[in-house]
Amino acid sequence: MSLPPYTPERPRHPYEDMPYTGRKFGQAFHLFCRGCGYGAIGQLLCRVFKEERLDEKKHPFIVGVGCYSIIPLILPGRIWMTLHGRTLPVATGIKLANPDVTPICLAGDGDNLSIGTNHFVHACRRNIGIVLIMLHNNIYGMTGGQAAPTTPHGMNATTAPYGFLETEFDAVSLAISAGATYVARWTTAHPRQFMKSVKKAIKWKGFAFIDMVSQCPTYFGRKNDMAQPVDVFNWIKGNSIPINKAEGLSPEELQGKFIVGEFKESPREELSEKYIELIKRAREKKK
Amino acid sequence: MSEYIYEYDMPPGRYVWMGNTAMVEGALAAGCRFFAGYPITPQNEVPERMSQRLPQVGGRFIQMEDEIGSISAVVGAALGGLKAMTSTSGPGFSLMQETMSWAAAIEVPIVVGEVQRTGPGAGIVSLPHHSDIIQAHYGGNGEYQVIAFAPATSQELFDLTIEAFNAAETWRTPTIIFSDSWLGHIHEEVKVPPLDELKKRVIPRKKVAYDAEGKPLKRQQYLPFTMYDKKAGEYKISITPNITTEYFPEWLPAVTHTPQSIPNEFQESSEIMVTNINNKILANEEKIVKIDEYFTDDADVALVCYGLPYRTALRSVKMARADGMKAGLFRLITVWPFAKKAVRELSQKVKKILVPEINIGQIVIWVEAAVEDGTEVKPIPAISRLHEPKELYNEIKEALN
Ligand SMILES: Cc1ncc(C[n+]2csc(CCOP(=O)(O)OP(=O)(O)O)c2C)c(N)n1
Ligand code: SF4
Repeated sequence: MSLPPYTPERPRHPYEDMPYTGRKFGQAFHLFCRGCGYGAIGQLLCRVFKEERLDEKKHPFIVGVGCYSIIPLILPGRIWMTLHGRTLPVATGIKLANPDVTPICLAGDGDNLSIGTNHFVHACRRNIGIVLIMLHNNIYGMTGGQAAPTTPHGMNATTAPYGFLETEFDAVSLAISAGATYVARWTTAHPRQFMKSVKKAIKWKGFAFIDMVSQCPTYFGRKNDMAQPVDVFNWIKGNSIPINKAEGLSPEELQGKFIVGEFKESPREELSEKYIELIKRAREKKK
Repeated sequence: MSEYIYEYDMPPGRYVWMGNTAMVEGALAAGCRFFAGYPITPQNEVPERMSQRLPQVGGRFIQMEDEIGSISAVVGAALGGLKAMTSTSGPGFSLMQETMSWAAAIEVPIVVGEVQRTGPGAGIVSLPHHSDIIQAHYGGNGEYQVIAFAPATSQELFDLTIEAFNAAETWRTPTIIFSDSWLGHIHEEVKVPPLDELKKRVIPRKKVAYDAEGKPLKRQQYLPFTMYDKKAGEYKISITPNITTEYFPEWLPAVTHTPQSIPNEFQESSEIMVTNINNKILANEEKIVKIDEYFTDDADVALVCYGLPYRTALRSVKMARADGMKAGLFRLITVWPFAKKAVRELSQKVKKILVPEINIGQIVIWVEAAVEDGTEVKPIPAISRLHEPKELYNEIKEALN
């Protein structure tokens, strides 16, 4: 299995950076539906990995269970796929055992806001040095389009055929109130900002959370009268409001909108580093 | 961050420790340097002491948000390069089953201390009940094997915890230490041997794998998962992958995979993986299983037991022997994998087998399946209590009449 060579010139568009694709099995292919946002996100992560010259031993990808579980077909470095919803506690074990490693977790909105919410809020609170990229497609893709905790109120899913009755989670405010120290939200319509944000998150000391809104044309689109993949993309793009513009708007005006930008950057002591201090203290006290 | 990992530091000597403390010290002596747990009675002394002791030897302790988080963090730390354990009781053990199944599938060496309480539901926290023996083996989804030890004294909690870590390292499957609320709280003498003696007993976590000629394996030559070597007729279990060394597969999946760690959905793949992770244990039953026999050579009736009831049984067998009855005792030190062969051999020697258990009868089913020659098997259940020695004595007497 030899690596396909890198193209020396800079790609014209971030979506076109293909050299990593097919690295795993020597063939360029992926298994996402046509127009899915996940392929693009995989490529953006490849570019970050390459541009930052990341050491694969220091930055393993910890991937949960969902459609994005096949992003490893595109991703560089080491991939460890965990159970549904358990990326964060597994990464917590890795980080505490190896403070010089910064795991990058990829979790879905179902993964992170439903079955794994408990782990999510506690990882924020602990401020442990993990990067969490939440792939937010408003639906459960893998299992066939059921309603997710992020499905906007009133929209359809296979388990919400009359419209979703409940109110959706705002992962960003949840992360902020739980104590995450770096919090951002971008969408597939903001690739360059997303890359910048990931680069920052990887260097961040503490828990860094990025809510990445992505299109699921197959389920979210089809169930909600958006026939073409680009329709869902445009729906996301049209509903995105930069954080500085959102400040003046009322809650009613912000209903159903994706506010994008960097929401929080306030450093606080990181857990695994504090633990090394604790070891020193405990050994001092024993003497 | 191996510079912060220190050697076991308990001065050799004699201590009076409760069972839970002995389990912690045994784990630390075995090189355990990571613990994640969640409070649940009657195992609380385990995380409490771990939180105090682990930093003293450079280990990491974390109290997680629940038992699912605890065991997941333990799996993370185990492939992060540290020997790791968690402990829990009844309901918490149930929450861990999904991850135990996964740990078995990706062959992660983890140790779980299960200080059992009564059930079902929340049960009673202060009474002993071997309620989770079957759950430990069959609790998770899919088919996999665990190795489970059943100590009966504080000293054994120290010694067998070391054995449990060794078994986890060797066989790369979840390993369980069965304790219970009384064993966990009994205060007894524990002898801690000197460090050099301990070191001889401990199988360390290996970072580098070698080939037959003793040369370190390259990443491409290293197999992350167990494979059956047809020529040698045995299962080849490689060293545990470590996320910080060369030996980590490019893609370590939670789904069915080949020994090379390539996920796929072919029937053959599933057959190979399921066979390998089960047979690496089952085919090596004789190497893994630990048993003890007392007066069984000329016995007509034998008691088969594990954990605390073994102490009661030993006393009643001695009483019976003093009265001239040909009684014997067969003890399962490892409950899983079940000592099928040894029990079969026992059944060829004796006429009757009595199985005192402190549950409605969980291992007795396995004993019945293993016996030959029409040996009679009788369960002697006791719910949430220990048997009286006199009770077992009477059972022996009745069996011999
Ligand atoms: C314990 C458990 N429950 C349920 C499932 C089934 N399951 C697999 S993926 C998934 C949902 C994934 O949705 P999301 O995280 O939003 O990712 P997406 O597929 O939308 O990318 C579910 C419920 C599972 N694998 N494990
Ligand atoms: S179902 Fe949706 S999220 Fe899953 S691959 Fe298809 S488009 Fe993407």
